[in-house]
Amino acid sequence: MSERNTIIELSHLGKEFQGKDAKVRALRDINLKIEAGEIFGIIGLSGAGKSTLVRCINFLETPTEGDVIFDGRSLKSLTEKELREARRSMGMIFQQFNLLAQRNVLKNISFPLEIAGVPKKQALERAKELLEIVGLSDKARSYPSQLSGGQKQRVAIARALAGNPKVLLCDEATSALDPNTTNSILQLLKEINQKYGITIIIITHEMKVVEAVCDRVAIIDQSQIAECGPVSEVFHNPKSQIGRHFILGDALKEISFDNQLFYRIIFDGLEATEPVIAKMALACKFPVNIAYASTKRIGDKAVGQMVIQVPERDEDRQKVVRFLETERIPYEEVEGNEF
Amino acid sequence: MSFDAQTVQMLAVGTLETLYMIFASAVMAYVIGLPLGVILVVTDKDGIRPMPVVNQILGFIINILRSIPFIILLIMILPITRAIAGTTIGVNATVVPLVASAAPYIARMIESALKEVDAGVIEAAKSMGASTWQIIYKVLLPESVPVNLMGAAITVTTILGYTAMTGFTGGGGLGGIAVNYGYYRYETVIMLVSVVLLIVIVQIIQAAGVKLSRKCDKRIR
Ligand SMILES: Nc1ncnc2c1ncn2[C@@H]1O[C@H](COP(=O)(O)OP(=O)(O)OP(=O)(O)O)[C@@H](O)[C@H]1O
Ligand SMILES: [Mg+2]
Repeated sequence: MSERNTIIELSHLGKEFQGKDAKVRALRDINLKIEAGEIFGIIGLSGAGKSTLVRCINFLETPTEGDVIFDGRSLKSLTEKELREARRSMGMIFQQFNLLAQRNVLKNISFPLEIAGVPKKQALERAKELLEIVGLSDKARSYPSQLSGGQKQRVAIARALAGNPKVLLCDEATSALDPNTTNSILQLLKEINQKYGITIIIITHEMKVVEAVCDRVAIIDQSQIAECGPVSEVFHNPKSQIGRHFILGDALKEISFDNQLFYRIIFDGLEATEPVIAKMALACKFPVNIAYASTKRIGDKAVGQMVIQVPERDEDRQKVVRFLETERIPYEEVEGNEF
Repeated sequence: MSFDAQTVQMLAVGTLETLYMIFASAVMAYVIGLPLGVILVVTDKDGIRPMPVVNQILGFIINILRSIPFIILLIMILPITRAIAGTTIGVNATVVPLVASAAPYIARMIESALKEVDAGVIEAAKSMGASTWQIIYKVLLPESVPVNLMGAAITVTTILGYTAMTGFTGGGGLGGIAVNYGYYRYETVIMLVSVVLLIVIVQIIQAAGVKLSRKCDKRIR
């Protein structure tokens, strides 16, 4: 990926809100480089500062410190008019879709073109084209209230693409959708990324969204970037506690950690799951307690993760570790009191 | 009971005068009130172009106008009415206080309607590079049309109520008839007929407003 250009650079970005009685720090010294053509995930818990961050990227929110360099231009230095023009190169979609309720689908999609002064006829032509891309040609004359959530988001995506943006910002774009619809929207985003080379920034609180489509991910925690890297790297070897939190995902709900020690082990491929469990039982000669196991797709690779209880006897523990090391299975300790 | 032709004609003229007064003053009041309402929303501290000083001064003036009872405003601004209309009696003169009273009312109606527009939609428009002006006439106003139509019906019926009061200062219309015959001459029947006509007009306007609003509201499936 080194030959790719940086399209967005956040440098020492910070944001402090003047709340009612005290200042609220929403972002602290954010440094990120987003490469042209990648799908970049930003994940964090509620209140971590994700929405603020994405709104700072197109200067809907003016950062109180630092700058955003978009396509080689410092957004801080732009006049208001220049900024409005720069925003047209950044489409944005939202959790609540934010379609104009009194406009039909076609007119919603042509809306940004209207704003940019594109002649009406041409704008509607383009809108029809986009409607086809998102697979909703039959809904051209419908109004948003007549559409399902997934359909609304497709319209919103079409609208965001109308002005041929270089970047698409997605703030929790799938959080209001059911799992199936989420997948179809994510696939659509991936397709758009691959077909048109549009850089996509996905804000989410769900690791599975990141795993499904993102190339790289930044984890934001309490206003700061906790870690950042290729998704598979973060998955294999999360460096931060919050990183482990997201990686463990469902496991956290299913395991009662109770201050015990666990190992989280990671192995490649779906087919590896069973042999790993079988071999471990053979090698250790005692039942290893598997607290959680799952396989998932990260990018185009299948990856398995398992959480096993670490045996209390030192001798047994040695055996498990020796097995993992000879099999070259990466593992890491996960402590119950971490969560 | 039957009226002579003269009474019937008087009531017919009164009805037309009343309609003329409410629509003329509603149109003029909207010309003034609508931009004021927009300014109130736009300059609000959470608006798309916050200007606290402008907002507070405008809000203050509107509040003052809104808090003066119409019947008092009517008398208070008689000199202004004379300066504008050349007279203080008759339907044209009545339009002046009606506008003075309805415009601030409309400004508040518009304000509350525009504030109902989803903040997310405004944010989306901003993210597309819309200017303040574009947000006003392409988002705020079109998105609030159904609510504003409903508001217009309420405004017009309120103005209608005021026209009745102008009867006391020689305003003409059905209100004038009701006052002159009912209050000064104790001809209760004519007063009652005028009142019934007023009620009918209110009902029609209200029903039309609701119907129109529903018809153009695309949020309703
Ligand atoms: N306009 C504002 N004024 C004051 N504080 C704000 C404002 N906007 C956000 N904040 C604060 O900034 C912090 C980050 O908010 P933000 O909306 O960015 O979080 P988030 O990660 O998007 O959360 P969620 O997942 O719930 O959407 C929160 O503590 C929030 O209360
Ligand atoms: Mg958010």
